Amino acid sequence: MTTLRVKVWRGAENGRFQEFEVPRLESQTVLDVVTHIQRSLDPTLSYRFACRVGMCGSCAMTVNGRARWTCRTHVANVAADNSLEIAPLANLPVVKDLVADMTLFFDKWAKARGKFHPTKTRRDGFARVAPDSAERLLVDAAIECIGCSVCYSSCDVVAWNPDYLGPAALNRAWTLHNDVRDGARRERLAAVAGDAGCHACHTHMSCSERCPKQLAPTASIAGLKRATAAAALKGEL
Amino acid sequence: MNTRSQILLWAAQRASAVVLALCVLVHLVTVIYAVRSGLSAAEILGRTRGNLAWGGFYALFVAALAVHAPIGLRNALSEHLRWRGWTLEAAMLLLAGVLLVLGLRAVWAVFA
Amino acid sequence: MRNDWRARNHPAYWAFLVHRVSGALLTAFLPLHFWVLGQALQGEAGLESFLRWTDQPLVKAGETVLVLLLSAHLAGGVRLLMLEFLAWREWQKGLAAAAGALTLAAALAFVLNVL
Repeated sequence: MTTLRVKVWRGAENGRFQEFEVPRLESQTVLDVVTHIQRSLDPTLSYRFACRVGMCGSCAMTVNGRARWTCRTHVANVAADNSLEIAPLANLPVVKDLVADMTLFFDKWAKARGKFHPTKTRRDGFARVAPDSAERLLVDAAIECIGCSVCYSSCDVVAWNPDYLGPAALNRAWTLHNDVRDGARRERLAAVAGDAGCHACHTHMSCSERCPKQLAPTASIAGLKRATAAAALKGEL
Repeated sequence: MNTRSQILLWAAQRASAVVLALCVLVHLVTVIYAVRSGLSAAEILGRTRGNLAWGGFYALFVAALAVHAPIGLRNALSEHLRWRGWTLEAAMLLLAGVLLVLGLRAVWAVFA
Repeated sequence: MRNDWRARNHPAYWAFLVHRVSGALLTAFLPLHFWVLGQALQGEAGLESFLRWTDQPLVKAGETVLVLLLSAHLAGGVRLLMLEFLAWREWQKGLAAAAGALTLAAALAFVLNVL
């Protein structure tokens, strides 16, 4: 039976890689590998997962140098020479082993006004949004984000400019900006503009390159750049 | 610097980029054409002296450069050297001034 | 944790690196370029003597690099404007390749004309 040589990050920020040997199985995912280590080799290994089917966004890690959702990443696609290096997500503090501290990531969603601001009450009728309206199509293109932080961890601007809101928060803001029911669009544009917001993006496109849901946050950020610049030129920001 | 100014800097860099795209294209074609039989001062000055179209074109080119380069450098310096705040803004304003003055002086030198 | 080159190794990132490096180098070159043209203020002879200095092969090689940097920054910049201002399309991913081709074509045209 083939074995995988797996280097796993242990400890916090000043940790080191520890090597394990894991049996290579058919249709094995990277999350399966981590789970095998925790259940059979070292129960003290910490990692995070929930749904195992690519919905919840909790199992993202850095696999052979790239941020990936581990539950949907097949070993066959990433470990050409039967070796894996698994580390916690980059650009976030390490709690322990493979667990990154997501606090800042989600705080930035709040800073980007990633919350829906309703304009109606429960006593009003349902809003009607035509599925083929221009705004709805823009929302559709960006709405499937699972909040896994793969984009945030892949983005160099986040590392170079710690205040930068990052691709996920800005992508979220773009979907709300195009939500015709939302009542805080101008405030949101003000929150996502400038050197810490969408204008800091240099179109590296690492977010779009790595997004497991194949979204293009770069496109959403470009939309925000245009919308905020138009608002500023009109004197609304 | 407030958010509105940051947005306007971004917009100014894109607007100047559009102008520069046309200027650089003309410049590159001219350069590649001009070097065919070797460069000489007489040939260059023969093309530019007293020529209002070339003078105006290069003055516009210089003005767009003086806007474009400092904004780009501002990003690079703040990201790679962590240089931020009013000293950076002042330095970039100075750079814009230097580029504008030196550039217009050069345009004048080959035009007048 | 910090990313290394493995996270950055994709075409759009390389395009960014080329754009940033070429932009910085061109900005550094501009004052020199303006100063040389300013020599014409002292008459044709000043500019002419400098141009004769540039006839050296090494300087011509340097000039080729400058043409390469300028055309790279132009092509990469047009690519960025299209990514930021046009509606998102799949074909825009091919823009980096088009920018690279345009850059090489310009530098090649310069070299062939100089020789």
